[in-house]
Amino acid sequence: MSSGGEVPAVVVDGVGMVFNEGTGGEVAALDGIDLTIRAGEFVTLIGPSGCGKSTLLRLIGDLLTPTAGGVSVFDKSAHESRTGQDYGMVFQHAGLFDWRKVKANIELPLELRDWSKTDRNARSAEMLDLVKLDEFGDHYPRQLSGGMQQRVSIARALSFEPRLLLMDEPFGALDEMTREHMQGELLRIWGETGTTVVFVTHSISEAAFLSNRVIVLSPRPGRVHSIIDVDLGERTPDTREDPDFFAAATTIREALRSVGGAE
Amino acid sequence: MIPARTATATKVIRTVVTTALAILVIVVLWEGYKWMGQQTGGNWPGTGIELPVSTDDIIMPHAADIAAELVSDIRDGRSTLPLSVFLLKKAWFTLQEAAIGFFLGSAIGIGLAVLMLRWRVAERGLLPWINVSQTVPLIALAPIIVTWGRNQGMPDIVSISLISTYLTFFPVAVSALRGLQSPDSAHVELMRSYAAPWRTTLFKLRLPAARPYLFPAFKIAATLSVVGAIVGEISIGTKTGLGRAILEFALRYAVWPERLYASVIGAAALGLFVFGMISMAERLVLRRTDEVVA
Amino acid sequence: MRLRQLVLSGTALGPAVVVGLAGFGLWEGAVRAFGISQFLLPKPTSILAELMAEWPVLRHAGWETGRIAVSGLLVGILAGVLLAMFTTRFRMLNEGLTPLAVAVNATPIVALAPIFNAWFGITGTLSNQAVVIAVVFFPVFINTAKGMTEVHPDEIELMRSYAAGEWTIMREVRVPNALPFFANALRVVAPLSVIAAIVAEYFGGPQDRIGNVITSNAGFARYDVAWAAIAVASAVGLALFAAALLVERVSMPWRLAVGGSDSNNNPGRET
Repeated sequence: MSSGGEVPAVVVDGVGMVFNEGTGGEVAALDGIDLTIRAGEFVTLIGPSGCGKSTLLRLIGDLLTPTAGGVSVFDKSAHESRTGQDYGMVFQHAGLFDWRKVKANIELPLELRDWSKTDRNARSAEMLDLVKLDEFGDHYPRQLSGGMQQRVSIARALSFEPRLLLMDEPFGALDEMTREHMQGELLRIWGETGTTVVFVTHSISEAAFLSNRVIVLSPRPGRVHSIIDVDLGERTPDTREDPDFFAAATTIREALRSVGGAE
Repeated sequence: MIPARTATATKVIRTVVTTALAILVIVVLWEGYKWMGQQTGGNWPGTGIELPVSTDDIIMPHAADIAAELVSDIRDGRSTLPLSVFLLKKAWFTLQEAAIGFFLGSAIGIGLAVLMLRWRVAERGLLPWINVSQTVPLIALAPIIVTWGRNQGMPDIVSISLISTYLTFFPVAVSALRGLQSPDSAHVELMRSYAAPWRTTLFKLRLPAARPYLFPAFKIAATLSVVGAIVGEISIGTKTGLGRAILEFALRYAVWPERLYASVIGAAALGLFVFGMISMAERLVLRRTDEVVA
Repeated sequence: MRLRQLVLSGTALGPAVVVGLAGFGLWEGAVRAFGISQFLLPKPTSILAELMAEWPVLRHAGWETGRIAVSGLLVGILAGVLLAMFTTRFRMLNEGLTPLAVAVNATPIVALAPIFNAWFGITGTLSNQAVVIAVVFFPVFINTAKGMTEVHPDEIELMRSYAAGEWTIMREVRVPNALPFFANALRVVAPLSVIAAIVAEYFGGPQDRIGNVITSNAGFARYDVAWAAIAVASAVGLALFAAALLVERVSMPWRLAVGGSDSNNNPGRET
């Protein structure tokens, strides 16, 4: 399963997920999912609504427990990885705590790991620099725009150098221009940190622009329909106008059409 | 997934079961505490420390005795009737006072809210005073209001209703204003694009939008209207009503403690009844709109 | 600059001051013009005169009633918050208790006063305090529990992805999230505690309290004194209300920073 002998970041093995099991109101969300994600890879999950892409992300993150099969992350069970604090998560809703200043939001996971105040300060400063919000450490989240809030959320997720970054439509609520800017920023940060990213989206162009591989899921119950390799080299703003980019987007679009995706 | 009707039925069943369970738990705690006290001679088990509430049959009558009292007879004027019927008659009187207070107070509350909506200056001038009105122990005015009313030849029911009105208008005014201001600017601009006059915007947009805010306020107001009626009765000594019954039974507590408990339970039931009525009205009115968010 | 701020805050408060002055003026004027008798409505000026003449009695009564109200308020708040924290921790318990609390809150709790008198005696202050505690407890419990449970699911998932335990989630997410809900309850119960104390005084307890001053003076047709006592009680209630607003500001600096603590995302009172 592993490629080149190194330990894969994520192995999803025969995973199925049924909600409300045994109540009569069962909903099969996922069925027979097999998936291997290499360390350092950027993988996107895409599919029409109801395909269980967010559910799959939550199974990898051990926020849900599969009803069939198993998930391992860096050779440990997903549960061990979560309790071992290997995960960084970013949601569509930035999910910053209103009551903490930006800096304190970034330091939250560090506090939970009992970092010293000096170390926390140093790291949050570094992170603010990484997401280019150096001047906003002492602001409250509500004083920031949506895009800035989402950058703080990414900084928070990366602050403790998680081995795996799980992102659930993080840019879904942003306008097109901010979204493209954030995608560029995310790739820059990914390049600098070398972390593994699993990214859920329903945007074809986003999937094509960001990922090494795109996993297309079919709905009800969610199954892996196809896996599309995307090789666009280093992404720049010009990549968006590159014929290869359009070709990748077209492949994804056709895969989605064949599974009945509206988008 | 689950059909709406089944969901409603499930909800009703759950409510009934929860209520029954809650009553059972309270009775068990009551009798358990009483039993414990009687075993230990009124102390915490294994200590010489006295229990905070004495467990004798006067202070804490048996739950069964209270229930039995509800069906045993009491004299009301010249007739004799079961205590439960007696309380029901009293409650009917109190309910009338509360209802007048509730409707009058709600009308005043909504009126004030519309006024404050129409003129921003009215909002700034009135809202602080409406808040201050909350801190005036209105109920303390009860004896004065009733003496006043009697001097004017008003029946006591009117005076007591006025007390209920005062308690009722506040939550309605505040929530109604918030509700009327709740439509976002897109909706207001839409109405403006139709060149709708202010009144049309009020009736077609703002009032419907205010409904989810109003009902929670109505629930609070209904409860308060009962509180106002009962306390009004107690503080001025009307001839009838639940408050009067509570006062009378409190005076004769040493003889019939069960009756005081029964009358207080009656007051609680009346509060729950008006609360339930508003909840039902809410369900009828808001059936097709969103969940209540206010 | 400072002058401008002064003028600005003056214009903000202006309408309220105008309405207040006009209200009292109208009251005074109407009583004088129509020769309304003292029974009906004493003049504001004669109430003020009595307030000064009877100040020692009123001050003492206000202080005593205030003590009952404040002590009951504090105990009720503490009990409500602690129980909310406890029940939030155990979801089943919360789902069972909240509807029950809403039901009890829909009943006229002050009607319990005579029962508390029987339980705790009518000579001390305990039974009056018990009424205040009961009145304060339910709104605080209901609102706080609501604030602790109505947390955005992402925030809980985030904490779980950090492998945070339930108590950490309580400290970092639920408690801060419940603060605005708690503040709303506080605004309601702070003045309510004074009213509850006065109503409880009608049923018994020491005789030198605001409730007794009002009833006895109304009984002797000294209505201006009764009104003066009401003014004292209002002042106590207003002070507690102001304290509640202060607690709100101090405990939630992030709301001020966003501009206006009031209208933004203000959760509702209990339903």
